[in-house]
Amino acid sequence: MQTEQRPLRVAIIEENSIRAAILLDGLREAGIINVDVIETTANMLRRLSTFDPDVVIIGIENPSRDVLEQMFQVSKLVSRPVAMFVDHSDRAMIQAAVEAGVSAYVVDGLRKERVMAIVDMAISRFSAFDRLQRELVEARNELASRKVIERAKAILIRTRQLSEEEAYALLRQTAMNEKRKLVDIAQSVVTAASLLEK
Amino acid sequence: MPERLVRAGVIPLVDMAVLVAAAEQGFARREGISLQLIRDVSWSNIRDRLAFRQFDVAHMLSPMPVASQLGLGSNPYPCFTPFALGRGGNAITLSLDLYQEMRALAGLDDSEGALTKGEALKQVIERRRSAGKKPLVFAMTYPFSPHNYEFRFWLAAAGINPDSDVTMTVVPPSLTVDALETRAIDGFCANAPWNMIAVEKGVGRIVATKAEIWPAAPEKVLGVRPEWAQQNPETLARLIVALDRAARWCDDPRNHSTLADMLSGPAYVGVPADLILRLLSGNLTIDPDGKTKRIERYLTFHNEAANFPWLSQALWIYSQMVRWGQVSYDETSLSRVTAAFRPDIYREVLRSSETPVPVISSKVEGEGLELGVIPTTRGDLLLSPQMFMDGRSFDPDGIPGYVNSFPIRIV
Repeated sequence: MQTEQRPLRVAIIEENSIRAAILLDGLREAGIINVDVIETTANMLRRLSTFDPDVVIIGIENPSRDVLEQMFQVSKLVSRPVAMFVDHSDRAMIQAAVEAGVSAYVVDGLRKERVMAIVDMAISRFSAFDRLQRELVEARNELASRKVIERAKAILIRTRQLSEEEAYALLRQTAMNEKRKLVDIAQSVVTAASLLEK
Repeated sequence: MPERLVRAGVIPLVDMAVLVAAAEQGFARREGISLQLIRDVSWSNIRDRLAFRQFDVAHMLSPMPVASQLGLGSNPYPCFTPFALGRGGNAITLSLDLYQEMRALAGLDDSEGALTKGEALKQVIERRRSAGKKPLVFAMTYPFSPHNYEFRFWLAAAGINPDSDVTMTVVPPSLTVDALETRAIDGFCANAPWNMIAVEKGVGRIVATKAEIWPAAPEKVLGVRPEWAQQNPETLARLIVALDRAARWCDDPRNHSTLADMLSGPAYVGVPADLILRLLSGNLTIDPDGKTKRIERYLTFHNEAANFPWLSQALWIYSQMVRWGQVSYDETSLSRVTAAFRPDIYREVLRSSETPVPVISSKVEGEGLELGVIPTTRGDLLLSPQMFMDGRSFDPDGIPGYVNSFPIRIV
């Protein structure tokens, strides 16, 4: 995923300076020099958004993981792959992480030789998962839109004694006249009908 | 019968009590379960380690199973809850400086309710804005948390828009007191014991509790990994029996001092037992001057069907997710929301126990000032008044209308 426009940037969230140094060494040896080490939670969000990393590395025992979660929630645009590492782990856990389709990758032990592998893994899994999520959301929206349109048609058929084709044509014509999406017009019909019925 | 090992992820908070009592007081063992509690530091880890099969079950925020079923957040691995771990415990604490400013500006005499205090905060925010000062920063513990929705509910009820009038951020519970002291934040909403610790350290003032915002609000739940439940239905049933008994034990005031001693241990909450004991009895120190306030039902572990996972409460959580733009309303999502809470499993396991088990799974929430009556397997169960602080009630069949009835919302 390394873009051609700029070299890979990595943020490390780590309070322990020894661990941060191991990570930094591992990244440097892999040729990554744009690294920001964030030691404190104060100003973490501001520093992350200023630095705009491609990957965030964080220890699994760092309580600031929930702060990252909020950041990704508030601004979906800044959602980034997160690489986690744990000191004691087992093969089954790593396997399960992969099967669960997570963007994060968990590795046993912190050695500088492993750092770049974690970063690569996090990026590739994140891209795959992110694409899957987007497709899922699109599919769901599509289904939801179709349902709303069906309901709006049913309301028009019932209340205005139209045929199904006429009801659909009326919705489409209104959408064109008002320069709005068909599904938005359908939603207005459904909402209005529910207000009138209650 | 060989003991079955059940691994449970927990966060050090007073409301881990039911799990601790089940593990320490023999309730799990009596059901042939060796309950291993594994302490963690963040809700994201709890979620991920459940997905990674490091945990079988977990102490979770009630919105987490709902978010997971809706595919919200990172790594949304779908889980569900058949058992709520209790109600209450949350409170909103503001910095002492901010509270003094509210007092001076609105002429508070400290006896006011949560809504009046919120309106005083609104006056302060307006004055700060006209003076060109930076917006106040308020913290909660996780985007999908009762704390987030309760803090926002309180602010919005007082006419404050949580997305444009203030800055909402996340601070892990154990760091909230330090963040308040170093002025990194101006207030926070967290569970016990953090509010009272902020007060007793002389840095904060409690202005609202969960009981004042919505007493019936679900707080923590037992999150369960679906594959594990499928492979171990018998163990899950036994665990629910053990937790039901442990929860009843936790609610009995005669056991509070034993419970406080257990929870104060370094493996659990790790704060002095006398502070936990005061929290369990609902006697909160709310002001550093020593002012205390007795909150009825500040923490409820078992009574009034506190462990029953109401579908209507899962749907209320969804309504707040919609209200604040975390997800858009969509009728096809309702079945995913209700897949997160499983009253059917709770009922199936406990129907012939001595615990009154509601025979309905959903109700209109927050209705009326009077006692509510719920039909159960043991006859009618009386529920204390469960009004929302804004007086609106929530009909789970009318989510769009409910969301649209709030003047302050994102959608």
